[in-house]
Amino acid sequence: MTDPEVAGPRRTPLTAVHERLGATLTDFAGWLMPLRYGSELAEHKAVRTAAGLFDLSHMGEIAVTGPDAAGALDYALVGNLSALAPGRARYTMICAPDGGVVDDLIVYRLDDEEFLVVANAANTPAVLGALRQRAEGRDASVADHTEDYALIAIQGPRAAAILGPLASIDLAGVKYYTGHQGEVAGCAALLARTGYTGEDGFELFTRPEDAERLWAALTAAGAGDALVPAGLAARDTLRLEAGMPLYGNELGPDITPFDAGLGRVVKFDKPGDFVGRTALAERAQATPRRTLAGLAGQSRRVPRHGYQVLWDGKPAGTVTSGAPSPTLGMPIAMAYLDPDVARQAAGDTAGNRLAVDVRGSAEPAVLVPLPFYHRPA
Amino acid sequence: MTVPPGLRYTQEHEWVAIDGSTASIGITDHAQRALGDVVFVELPAVGAAVTAGEPCGEVESTKSVSDLYSPVDGEVSEVNEEINEDPGLVNADPYGAGWLFRVQLASADGELPPGLLSPADYAELTKDTE
Repeated sequence: MTDPEVAGPRRTPLTAVHERLGATLTDFAGWLMPLRYGSELAEHKAVRTAAGLFDLSHMGEIAVTGPDAAGALDYALVGNLSALAPGRARYTMICAPDGGVVDDLIVYRLDDEEFLVVANAANTPAVLGALRQRAEGRDASVADHTEDYALIAIQGPRAAAILGPLASIDLAGVKYYTGHQGEVAGCAALLARTGYTGEDGFELFTRPEDAERLWAALTAAGAGDALVPAGLAARDTLRLEAGMPLYGNELGPDITPFDAGLGRVVKFDKPGDFVGRTALAERAQATPRRTLAGLAGQSRRVPRHGYQVLWDGKPAGTVTSGAPSPTLGMPIAMAYLDPDVARQAAGDTAGNRLAVDVRGSAEPAVLVPLPFYHRPA
Repeated sequence: MTVPPGLRYTQEHEWVAIDGSTASIGITDHAQRALGDVVFVELPAVGAAVTAGEPCGEVESTKSVSDLYSPVDGEVSEVNEEINEDPGLVNADPYGAGWLFRVQLASADGELPPGLLSPADYAELTKDTE
């Protein structure tokens, strides 16, 4: 029997399915997750042209409930959660008193006194601890329900057509950033029109014991629509093309929402105080100390996390994420740049002055507006 | 996972095919699977001297970059130009169209450096990771 001290990464309710599909598995934040099933380029392209199926059961689900759940969240997070109507969701952040980001989150309001906070797998313990501490003295409960959920995402232009016939509710009524309780293939699920790919899609929160059945039903329903399982590698290149931040790359404890160009998530006009208000108010007024920018590599070599950005040969910033873009056919990257350089680089359309130090070689790059990819209207 | 007979292999997951005093080199099926989709290969220059066990280039995939080592001593006589156009050849046909570079062996009698693995030894080396 395995010694629990050295048990290794945790299995999700779908790990056995990924094994049967021959996926390359990886330890991601302590969970045994599928990196890719075959070619990650093919999986990425499938999400852009048809649909992909993702196991996201590693994400954290924290329930915040009670008469003052809304007030507790308004205090604990930077967003205005009390203003959310039941059935709606919001992208928001939880910050430290110094304004640094602890995690980026999606919060679903399931009812007047019931919220579901979805956190990144690696940050779930920290978010849980912070929420509990910040809710102290309030008439609200904070509970970790990560083990009680499996999370399956179906993303792509064909997602709604594939999911529609299996869903108990009319998907036309499920607007972007809303979540509705219903059934999919006879399994109780929270259907949310949210995602991390830049495509239309749905995230389905269901019981762990229903996960395999739901996955199988979606797979069968999508067979005629070129639906494929997609792993974490494709998930990363999809979100990068969509200009979406990844905690650990674009976001972290030494980065504020304003640095990341996401100051809109901080709602100073909500009722009451919130953790980080003072520091963030200062940041909102102060001169930006860095700018998050998009880069397109002009050669084949890929700018990667941590590589230095050069302006006229001198250090001007650091790459936070980089990968070959399957959709655009060139390397793309996000980087924090000196704001003055970012301003000047916007005019350097030939890529003569901006470069990335790729393992000792200065590879030319041009600044491009984020997101790199817009889904067709 | 394929380990063709008639080739020699290295611990760094490359294959070597000897034809007289010329060695053809590429990466193995095991390597291309581990790397994922190859997007760029930095090949050594024709005419460059290479040393057995020393890095002479890079193989870059969507997620990572790995050093490309020379398994033999000699001078680079030819590189696969097709790879620049279509790096995916390395994944699709690692032992054929995905060959990377050729080396004119330094030793006149075509003697190979010690430490190259037989197909059986390489299969053994990689079997537990499948």
